[in-house]
Amino acid sequence: MSTATVDATGPASDGGTNTGVGARLAALANGLIIPVLALLTALVVGGLVIVFSDPDTLDEWGSFFGDPLGALEASWDIVYDSYRALWNSSLGSSRGLSRTLVEATPLALAGLSVAFAFRAGLFNIGAAGQIVIGATCAGWVGFTFDLPTAVHLPLAVLAGFAGGAAWGGIAGVLKARTGAHEVITTIMLNYISYRLLDYALRSDAFQPAGRDDLISKPVADSARLPEVSFGEITVHAGVFVALVAAVGVWYLLERTTVGFSLRSVGANPNAARYAGMSVAAMYVLAMLLAGGLAGLAGTMNILGRPSFSLTGGYYSFIGFDAIAVALLGRANPGGVLGAAFLFGVLRAGSTGMQAATSTPVDIIVVIQALIILFVAAPALVRSIYRIKAGRGTSQNFTTSWGA
Amino acid sequence: MTTVLQDPPAPLPDDTPLVADRPATRRRVGFGIATIVLGLITLVAFGLGSESGLDATFVFSRASDAVQIPDLTIPARWTGIVLGLVIIAGGILLALGVLGDRIYLVFGVALALFIVALLAWAARGADVSIIGLLDGTLFRATPLALGAFAGLLCERAGVVNIAIEGMLLTAAFVAALTASAADNTWVGLGGGIAAGALLGAFLGVLSIKYQVDQIIGGTVINIFALGITSYLGARVLSEYPDLNQPGAFRAFGIPGLERLPLVGPLLFDNTIYVFLMFALVIGLWWALFRTRWGLRVRAVGEHPRAADTVGINVLRTRYRSVMLGGAIAGLGGTWFTLDATGSFNENMTAGKGFIALAALIFGRWHPVGAFVAALVFAFSEELQTRLALLDTPIPSDFLLMTPYIVTIIVVAGLVGRSRAPAADGEPYVVE
Repeated sequence: MSTATVDATGPASDGGTNTGVGARLAALANGLIIPVLALLTALVVGGLVIVFSDPDTLDEWGSFFGDPLGALEASWDIVYDSYRALWNSSLGSSRGLSRTLVEATPLALAGLSVAFAFRAGLFNIGAAGQIVIGATCAGWVGFTFDLPTAVHLPLAVLAGFAGGAAWGGIAGVLKARTGAHEVITTIMLNYISYRLLDYALRSDAFQPAGRDDLISKPVADSARLPEVSFGEITVHAGVFVALVAAVGVWYLLERTTVGFSLRSVGANPNAARYAGMSVAAMYVLAMLLAGGLAGLAGTMNILGRPSFSLTGGYYSFIGFDAIAVALLGRANPGGVLGAAFLFGVLRAGSTGMQAATSTPVDIIVVIQALIILFVAAPALVRSIYRIKAGRGTSQNFTTSWGA
Repeated sequence: MTTVLQDPPAPLPDDTPLVADRPATRRRVGFGIATIVLGLITLVAFGLGSESGLDATFVFSRASDAVQIPDLTIPARWTGIVLGLVIIAGGILLALGVLGDRIYLVFGVALALFIVALLAWAARGADVSIIGLLDGTLFRATPLALGAFAGLLCERAGVVNIAIEGMLLTAAFVAALTASAADNTWVGLGGGIAAGALLGAFLGVLSIKYQVDQIIGGTVINIFALGITSYLGARVLSEYPDLNQPGAFRAFGIPGLERLPLVGPLLFDNTIYVFLMFALVIGLWWALFRTRWGLRVRAVGEHPRAADTVGINVLRTRYRSVMLGGAIAGLGGTWFTLDATGSFNENMTAGKGFIALAALIFGRWHPVGAFVAALVFAFSEELQTRLALLDTPIPSDFLLMTPYIVTIIVVAGLVGRSRAPAADGEPYVVE
């Protein structure tokens, strides 16, 4: 009982008869058309939202018939200023670019988590909770022990991965053994994880002496990710963890037997079972690894930047951005990296935008929802821009109740 | 293409089904052991471990009620001991098979006795208002039941609606805005219902016209709803606070019936939402199972090809059901601003839409079942707030987890045995 299909036109799915370099480039361009148009459309609609929620601009529209050019000019100005501020504080400066890369790191890891689960036919909405639990475990190791860096840092990273994997694994086991749909269980596990973190933050093991708000001790220097500089661009080592993870996920999915089983279960669980694969085992494995990747996302945040201390609901919103990243990246590792970079730009730029134009950062969530909408509904984008449907295979992303 | 396999081809390479259904005996023994553990907790924590000599008083009437029911005062420690022993005995009999296959009945009764013992323990040396507990349960059940009814209409017609959460949140926002602007709660009610219906139509267009993966389409609506309400909340409501003062509906009594003992104040003295919830349970049951319209909706959700063959317009039926479902979710969403709090707060639905979805599955896609499930979830929420007030040694963070944990247990325990409409989530292509 699988639901509708999502178009997966792209270089990977369009091989076959075309082997020439030109044909490959054409296929790549074909695969990029929808995401690019999706981004463009989302930015345009986002611009409209900015215009029609800005009190000053609305005043100008109130006197539209007296001064129509004034209204259009004010609208253009607010959108231009907002997006320009967004550009300046993300890609337009080396400081901005550093911040973009650091923001993109947990997005890439969490996006890989959601994408990996997608490939096994599971919808992991629980990356948020897995991030929280991962960060909690890594943070606890980071500020509780006093060890040399060579031991402390790997131990903290491992703890973060294990915490996330365990949290994701719960949903996997429940799905495999009882059929409980992962969408509901992971959402519930998200809420439980926030409460668990709140409880931990109230305990003496986490709270710094003399504080009674919800914040933990900072991670010790020996467990922090080292900083790396390229000219004026400074990032932490987590950026490379994300790149390695993307290669690892690609290798596992495309070059190993287990990866083949995972993709088979994702494409058609019944057929996979008839071929002798254990669907239940693949569900558990997929959720364990997906949880681990999301746990790493939280780990990079707590051991790197922007925060060395845990706070209530710790960066759980990354888990929801990750869904958009995975969809935009067509659930393949390379695409996820690209999408994460784009969302890193939005995240890094949004704070500068709010400071410069008082457009609230929440506009980013609106733009992201629009991007997913247009990517998930390629037919919608095609009908807006009157593009004919291209060739390509389609791919199941989720399963309905009980399957 | 419409061939239905009666039996799966016999020898499977791997005998476990896709979704493992535990054998009956293991299931029974498992639940038996769980019941015994529950009994031991009752016996030790609420009985033997409790101080002796303290009484717990259960209050059944408010001072303002027309008919006063006397309070029930029981010794807390002995209640825990006796009920604990009863639960343990029930668990042993269940595990041994003496009680037959009545697993859920036995476990349900055990759970109820556990809650009585828990209340007696928490209220030792004090009193606990049973009428307040039940009244609060009905109050909290409203958005859950309305959300579940919304999902019911969509899914019975074959469209998975995971967007209940987004519909509730958007309607809550629109209700606050429109009711404040018009200075009239009824306008807010209408605005919220319209917003819900509009989102329902949007979900319909995505899943029926563009055949977007329905779970992803619903997620888009959820994320969009969270983003746009937070954005507009920060941009508009915080700059113009008088646009976030919608006022609230008042409770009113039904003359005559409200004077009945216990059920009068409980069932017949409420806000419009609780009365609408009662009306919808009965109305939806009747409409879905006793009218031609309901038969068509269900046919479209179970076997759209067959429905199409006999001349039912599958796509139109689905559109209408999804929009009607959206309108009901919209009604539920207005509860948050026009009944519960009287103003809009960022992400104020806090996962209620997903709990409603779980109630739908727990209630087996049936209006009465979904209503009962909503009551169960609401009771666990209300119990949690009462326990927090009674100053128990359980940390409040763990009490706050209970509704979510109960949801997981329910979904895990029952989804295998609860069957969704056959064509739920499948787009239909007219040939």
